[in-house]
Amino acid sequence: MAKAKAKGKAPAKKSADGGLSTERLHEMYYHMVMARALDERCWVMNRGGQAPFVISGQGHEAAQVGTAMALDPTQDFLCPYYRDLGLVLAFGVTPREVMCGLLARANDPSSGGRQMPSHWGHAARRIITGSSPVATQILHAAGVALAARVRGEDTVAAAFFGEGSSNQGDFHEGLNFASVHRLPVIFVCENNGYAISVPVSKQMAISSVAARAAGYGIPGVEVDGLDPLAVYQATEAAVARARRGEGPSLLDVKVVRLTSHSSDDDQRSYRPAEDLAAERAQDPLPRFRSWMESQGIWDDQQEQQLMIRIKGEVDDATEFALASPVPDAGTLLDHVYAP
Amino acid sequence: MAMTYLEAVRETLRQEMRRDARIIIYGEDVGVRGGVFRATEGLQDEFGEDRVMDSPLAESAIIGTAIGAAINGLRPVPEIQFADFIFPAVNQIVQEAARIRYRSNGTFGVPIVIRAPYGGGIHGALYHSQSIEAFFAHVPGLKVVMPATPYDVKGLLAASIEDEDPVLFLEHKGAYRSIRGDVPDERYLIPLGEAEVKREGTDVSIISWGMTVNSSLKAAENLAKQGVSVEVLDLRTIRPLDTEAILKTAKKTGKVLVVHEDNLTGGFGGEVSALIAEHALFHLDAPIRRLAGPDVPAMPYAPSLEHAFLVTPEKIEAAAKDLAAF
Amino acid sequence: MADVSEGLTPEVLMDMYYHMVLARVLDDRMWVMNRLGRAPVVYSSNGHEATQVASAFALDRGHDWVVPYYRDLALVLAMGMTPRDVFLHLMGRADDPNSGGRQMPAHWGSVDLKILTTGSVVTTQMMHAAGIALAAKLKHEPTVAMATFGEGSTSQGDFHEALNFAAVMKLPAIFLNENNGYAISVPARKQMAVPDVAARAQGYGIPGVVVDGNDPIKVFEAVRAAAVRARAGEGPTLIEAKTYRFVPHSSDDDDRAYRSREEVAEAKKHDPLVVFEQELREQHLLDDAQHKAVLDRAKAAVDDATEFADTAPDPDPSTLGRHVYHEAVL
Repeated sequence: MAKAKAKGKAPAKKSADGGLSTERLHEMYYHMVMARALDERCWVMNRGGQAPFVISGQGHEAAQVGTAMALDPTQDFLCPYYRDLGLVLAFGVTPREVMCGLLARANDPSSGGRQMPSHWGHAARRIITGSSPVATQILHAAGVALAARVRGEDTVAAAFFGEGSSNQGDFHEGLNFASVHRLPVIFVCENNGYAISVPVSKQMAISSVAARAAGYGIPGVEVDGLDPLAVYQATEAAVARARRGEGPSLLDVKVVRLTSHSSDDDQRSYRPAEDLAAERAQDPLPRFRSWMESQGIWDDQQEQQLMIRIKGEVDDATEFALASPVPDAGTLLDHVYAP
Repeated sequence: MAMTYLEAVRETLRQEMRRDARIIIYGEDVGVRGGVFRATEGLQDEFGEDRVMDSPLAESAIIGTAIGAAINGLRPVPEIQFADFIFPAVNQIVQEAARIRYRSNGTFGVPIVIRAPYGGGIHGALYHSQSIEAFFAHVPGLKVVMPATPYDVKGLLAASIEDEDPVLFLEHKGAYRSIRGDVPDERYLIPLGEAEVKREGTDVSIISWGMTVNSSLKAAENLAKQGVSVEVLDLRTIRPLDTEAILKTAKKTGKVLVVHEDNLTGGFGGEVSALIAEHALFHLDAPIRRLAGPDVPAMPYAPSLEHAFLVTPEKIEAAAKDLAAF
Repeated sequence: MADVSEGLTPEVLMDMYYHMVLARVLDDRMWVMNRLGRAPVVYSSNGHEATQVASAFALDRGHDWVVPYYRDLALVLAMGMTPRDVFLHLMGRADDPNSGGRQMPAHWGSVDLKILTTGSVVTTQMMHAAGIALAAKLKHEPTVAMATFGEGSTSQGDFHEALNFAAVMKLPAIFLNENNGYAISVPARKQMAVPDVAARAQGYGIPGVVVDGNDPIKVFEAVRAAAVRARAGEGPTLIEAKTYRFVPHSSDDDDRAYRSREEVAEAKKHDPLVVFEQELREQHLLDDAQHKAVLDRAKAAVDDATEFADTAPDPDPSTLGRHVYHEAVL
């Protein structure tokens, strides 16, 4: 458990870069840009008739990559939801794997083509399979954390969900259970203000999901989810608390949803054009790029090189997935029970 | 007037809401957006936010509050966005709504209609494709309605709203836009518990409900060209169940194929088969056959797997043909 | 600001006291019936009387709804249920107005008294109260719906969903938590990581009020204030009445397994009946003779109820299949 103690230490100082090396900051940006580029490609595939369904994480990249990098992919667990493309990429899922999921290929690591796209799951990457009914994963994360404690492991479980999910009974039961038992879990609400078409004002009579933490005696922290470093620091503190055995935290990470809910939705039917334009102006990607430039750790040439690299990887992933076999109909009855 | 299954749902809701000010609609995205399938599109504009409300994302709350609102004099028609999402509300539906009349010795009642889109074949995968009727048909106190055609949607939905007891009204997502039919403008009711022979025949009886009635009719049409006369009985409601109509068609043709999209084991086809075995065994010329979804937890996403799951007109045709030759 | 203690005249205070005493005497008799083998199960309000009676009195009885749980004997008595009704229910008689002998005892319900029928799975009733309040709001009626529940119920998802739903829609509902510190055997500290249920109100943007549940005046004022707020269209209130359960969870439970006798003895020093009796004596509303009269009246009512229910008919087995669905009036 010496390792636990080392990890449990609070960061030496709070600096603008979150204590991250330039290399790690570049890695952060890479994952954010990759998530965006892959996501955009998914929409192209959908509009081109090659992918029946897309559900997006655009606008959430800073929140997702910022949390992922404050966790330890070798020992922590993720219980994500359908918007978490950036999160799973930063936890080691590859673009090829993402595209195989989009196109429901036999080698899709999430479900072998059984689930809709973006229903992440990857045993080797410690990402627990999720379903479509929302908020169930909050309980799974509490259970993962319970097992970690019983087994004496230094694992933190992280659950991710939208603010709409915070109205579900499972949210309440999950946070209550985890707080009573002081479990090593962090609850990350990616609050984009809309549950499909329903604005947060019609979902709850409070302005902050973080306020709900008071009902469980745990910290509730509002975080600027458009700033990956702010997210990283808030997550790091919550993770450290969890590893110290002090129990769960609730992060209310405010993000924007730059796309419709899914490829079957058109948000222009329920959101005013000016709101959409205002959100577009808050895009976390250019903001982080400008910040790196202001720190003198990024320039146009690096940007250009990154774009070329990312396009190459996205092209490769697309081609790989297109060439991958679809599931054999004969496997329909597989995996109902253990072999 | 010809309209789609989806339009029949919407226009019936509109007509009933104009008639009865007690009717309110609420659920996830039913207001401004008009429902994820647009089943309630335009209703908030016409009836206002008080009668067509977006609710928080919480199914147990949607049903639980509808129970209270019904007891206090309204006629709630809550929507569960996808039938697959109904499970957090099972406690409120099964243990509360369905039991309240019985447990109060008839003094309280829960007149609510829970609308839920069910069924697959629309790339919905495990959580947007399920057929859930067998879970709920098991519950006395609840009624389960599954229309196949726009005409039946209108008469059954109006009758469900008028009913004094809780009704689960299951609309097949695949039918929403693909099934069209004539629907009269004037209001009419189809009593719950009355099956309908959708096609007369003499060689084989297909008994089905919901979307698979339409697939069965396609199969019957093809078989007619091959000289096989198929009768198609649409149960329309599976609780209450029209036992008489089931036995009548079984005795008439002596060969019964029960078809449903829900998986086989413990599916409602077992109940239909048992009734025939109990009451019409000696009228049969062949063993009862069931054609249903396979016993996997739910419908997979990949088109190859989804197609392998689905109960298609081709599969029905093959099964009926085989039975006719017995 | 309305005067929340308005209406607490000496007559009303004495009426509240009578109902508290009646509930206790009736409750004690139910345990006797159980130990004699004549009532298979008993759930008690013993210790909760101040909270229950005062909250009912703070409502507009006859117009407002209560949506109770199994511990609410004193509440339903204060809403107008008679001792005879309670005993018919306890003994599962045909004339039991709550369920005609279908449900276990303490599963209250009466259309006439605006007491909603309740099931055994805890917390479902909070949704129903929100729904009643929703209908009242849409019908523009000044009705308030009050749900009651134990602190164990606040761990259920339905608690969260009901409070959120009522808060976001600003419904005229009151959520009255009768916090006796135990969910059967599980103490509140293993139930939640906060000392007060009322703290949870912050997550819904509504008032959360802690009140001494053994003091009927305090409870009355808190519930009346919540009702005023609800009727003004300002939305729901969460009230946490801290009280104690003097007896085991039910007649099938033995609380010696999970709490000390010393703890129970200490709690009994704050017995709401004793507290209120002292208060009334100090206000010169009660003397020894009146105290005896109240007890005698309650005892007579309970004796009458016992005898009445004892000879009342059981449900006819042929009615087993009735009331599954609506029966049209012929």
